[in-house]
Amino acid sequence: MSSSSLSQATSVRIAPGQTSRLRVVFVGHVDHGKSTLIGRIFFDTNSLPEGKVDQIRKACEAEGMEFEYAFLLDALLEEQEQNITIDTTQIQFRTEKRPYVIIDAPGHKEFLKNMITGAASADAAVLLIAANEGVQEQSRRHGYLLSLLGIQQVVVAVNKMDLVDFSQEVFEQVQKEYKAFLSQIGVEARAFVPISARNGVNVASRTVDATAKNPMPWYEGPTVLSMLDTFDPPAPLVQMPLRFPVQDVYRFDQRRIIAGRIESGTLRVGDTLVFSPNNKTSVVASIENWSGPAKSEAMAGESVAITLSEQIFVQRGHVAAREDAAPIESNRFKARLFWMGKRNLEQRRPYRLKLATQELDAEIVSIEQIIDASTLETVSSTSRDYIAKNDVAEVTIQTRGALVMDNHDRNPFMGRFVIVDDRQVAGGGIIHGGIYADRAKIKSANIYWSEGVVLPKNRALRNGHRGSVVWLTGLSGAGKSALAREVERELFNGGRQVYVLDGDNIRHGLNSNLGFAPEDRVENIRRVAEVACLMADAGLIVITAFISPYRQDRRRAREIVLEGGHDFVEAFVDAPIEVCEKRDVKGLYSRARSGEITEFTGISAPYETPDNPEIVLQTDRETLQESVARVLEFVIPRIGIGGEDDVSI
Amino acid sequence: MSTQEYRLPDYSEHPAYAKKYPAPAAGGPPAFFPEKISRDDAAHLDALEAQSVFLIREAYHHFKNICMPWSMGKDSNVLIWLSLKAFCGHIPYPLLHIDTTYEFPEMLDYREWAVRNYGLDLIVKINEEARAGTGEYAERGPIGYDTADPVTVTHELKTAALQQVMAKHQWSALVTGIRRDEDATRAKERYFSPRNKDFEWDYKDQPPEFWNQFTTSCAAGEHVRVQALLDWSERDIWLYIQREGIPIPSMYFARTAPDGKRYRFRSLGCWPITGAVESEADTIDKIIDELATTKTSERAGRAQDHHERNAMQKLRAKGFM
Repeated sequence: MSSSSLSQATSVRIAPGQTSRLRVVFVGHVDHGKSTLIGRIFFDTNSLPEGKVDQIRKACEAEGMEFEYAFLLDALLEEQEQNITIDTTQIQFRTEKRPYVIIDAPGHKEFLKNMITGAASADAAVLLIAANEGVQEQSRRHGYLLSLLGIQQVVVAVNKMDLVDFSQEVFEQVQKEYKAFLSQIGVEARAFVPISARNGVNVASRTVDATAKNPMPWYEGPTVLSMLDTFDPPAPLVQMPLRFPVQDVYRFDQRRIIAGRIESGTLRVGDTLVFSPNNKTSVVASIENWSGPAKSEAMAGESVAITLSEQIFVQRGHVAAREDAAPIESNRFKARLFWMGKRNLEQRRPYRLKLATQELDAEIVSIEQIIDASTLETVSSTSRDYIAKNDVAEVTIQTRGALVMDNHDRNPFMGRFVIVDDRQVAGGGIIHGGIYADRAKIKSANIYWSEGVVLPKNRALRNGHRGSVVWLTGLSGAGKSALAREVERELFNGGRQVYVLDGDNIRHGLNSNLGFAPEDRVENIRRVAEVACLMADAGLIVITAFISPYRQDRRRAREIVLEGGHDFVEAFVDAPIEVCEKRDVKGLYSRARSGEITEFTGISAPYETPDNPEIVLQTDRETLQESVARVLEFVIPRIGIGGEDDVSI
Repeated sequence: MSTQEYRLPDYSEHPAYAKKYPAPAAGGPPAFFPEKISRDDAAHLDALEAQSVFLIREAYHHFKNICMPWSMGKDSNVLIWLSLKAFCGHIPYPLLHIDTTYEFPEMLDYREWAVRNYGLDLIVKINEEARAGTGEYAERGPIGYDTADPVTVTHELKTAALQQVMAKHQWSALVTGIRRDEDATRAKERYFSPRNKDFEWDYKDQPPEFWNQFTTSCAAGEHVRVQALLDWSERDIWLYIQREGIPIPSMYFARTAPDGKRYRFRSLGCWPITGAVESEADTIDKIIDELATTKTSERAGRAQDHHERNAMQKLRAKGFM
């Protein structure tokens, strides 16, 4: 690093208003003049590169077309041919008050998903209605979606007033009709402005370019730009309770670093955090800052990396909060959602649901109401058990495993989710009724059904992971059973299929005819390996907790499992014999020393240390939670599946 | 060796400097090391940085087999900086430089210096067959600015080269430095933008993207471009470089030409087709002030964009970034 780049930052001149840009989405029916209005705003605020207008004028002449302000935006050749806007564009302009990010959202019905893409991040909206065409289905649908997305700062621009002779009567008719509609959906437009975008009337000034006359003296309200200047910037999230969804966990420089963005609240070194859904707590040890001095505090909006003082198991999707203001944890909730998938959204079919950094299987368990966005008429949920493209619906959703969330009015970031179908985000929803856990079993009808023989792939797709064997080996008292049970619990709570094989459930039944002689030990391990392999075949993650002292036996176990086509992880639970003997939980060591038990591993029988285990856990030097975290960090990525055509399953 | 000790050789005879912009002083430093200065855009730059770091981490989480193209220009150096921030001083993926063989020579020095300074895992790709006129180019002969038009050269030496190296490494995601304000075509981009096997970007049917939920998987053979700088403007880039003190190539800064006037580059590309603009800006402060008054577009000096109408769109349709 250069020495100059490390020198102290100094402050110089101030560029006014840089900090409060407002994101404004422009929506409206196809051909109602959005692109023209935006082009006009760029022109009026002097926000275009020099020569751009001339360039477009010339291009129009070359094509024998009349110049239009819309061409300033419709840069793509194909768009010019169709003369409609295709996708969201985000460009900036600036009034004397502040800078704006403009989001142009298309009005064409087929492009609803593009409109959502733009509108979802907006602070305010300009909704266009052409005076000569009046309120259309799209105008209603867009109004509804703005309300669904929670955008309340809306200005309605009644465009093309020049085509209706700047008639006050026409304007008031449109205003009356649309106002009535908006009030039904709980949106109140801050203003209705009659404009002529192509002539620049009531965009920035009240007059027509060519004549410098005001064609609508009867209108005394604000222009579009002066109205935008009255809107408020987004509300600060710093005052809300802390929500820190974990994005990833890195291991760099021998440290576990928890990365993510603070969605709301503040986080300080020394804070005790509770991680949902497993409710583990730990204290923030540091907030990393690669390029500068260590930080003691970070706030909503920041992407941070932190370390914890106690190593607990944390993974992507966990949400850190403060204990006195934790989010809801549930597998069942009510939501209002919109759907834009190519296929219908069906009840009782599994979809992937994403909320912040969480990703879970989810299904619609009931549809309370389907709302046609244009008529606002309700379609009976008894007559339809699916949600079609562009529908809006009230539903109850159940997830496989606990979802961490907030109701949307409490915390928007943790109260909205998307649904993925065929790899693409196909719907979005807002949670308004978090319900506490319902332990009713998820009905399995039609979930991940198989068309023929049930293959390991089918099982993996249903479970969300592959079958696998985690083979713990180590001396008696090294901590295998405790570790196995804790890893099992974590995997189970994460929605995975898992089972522990240990002396308790094997010795007394399956292997009750075996003792501790060397040949019996060999047979014991062989049977355990075969059973583990079968269970992995059935789709389970199997954790075995046996001393399994001989290298050759463990090698054979590995071969059996690998031949069965499953992953095998050997984890050496390594604690010195002195430590194990001191622990002597079951009193076995003292009985072995006294000769009461013969052929006891470590005392009167050998233990062969693994040559090359996948994991080594030094249980005398690390806490149980640290060991658990290390096993999970190693195993979970290996058993994950990529998707329906993941070739590895 | 200390990266500070890197010194430029004498390039005064190199043809890349035959036009307006003069060669750097022999023995000079390999980069421009800005003095750290914060203007009053802190909250805005913080927000851009946070979003970019979030996007880079999302990319790394969802696509482990990932690569970051690096042109050595100002935007891609900001990307390196943001990666280092995202991963606490590490960059857990390789960088890729598509070398057209028409790089300004001091840019290669900058590359060499940066690799050592940051400890980069750098892959350099040249479309050797196209330059030599061998293999599938045997019939057409060597491709270069002396034999073909700029659009063709850009396609073969950049896009085709990228396709070749992608086919070899099978990356499922590329972290790019595309910005919305660069070009109207780019204003339509998503943060996570899937492209198919033929590198086609179906802008008419892009997946929706909102609430920071992205298209995070793709079919075999496809890849996703993760556009971590999409929201940044040219001005934001300079303000951030200045605030953070990010070393960048010194060709962005004015040098005095033999005609007595001063010139700099606003955008860096192949030397035969990249023109310097007249400018007095020899500090970042001056560049930022210049941007406040200029109304020419950033890529005005890049000939391949203007060779014919909709050239950019055609390049994009063929897989250009």
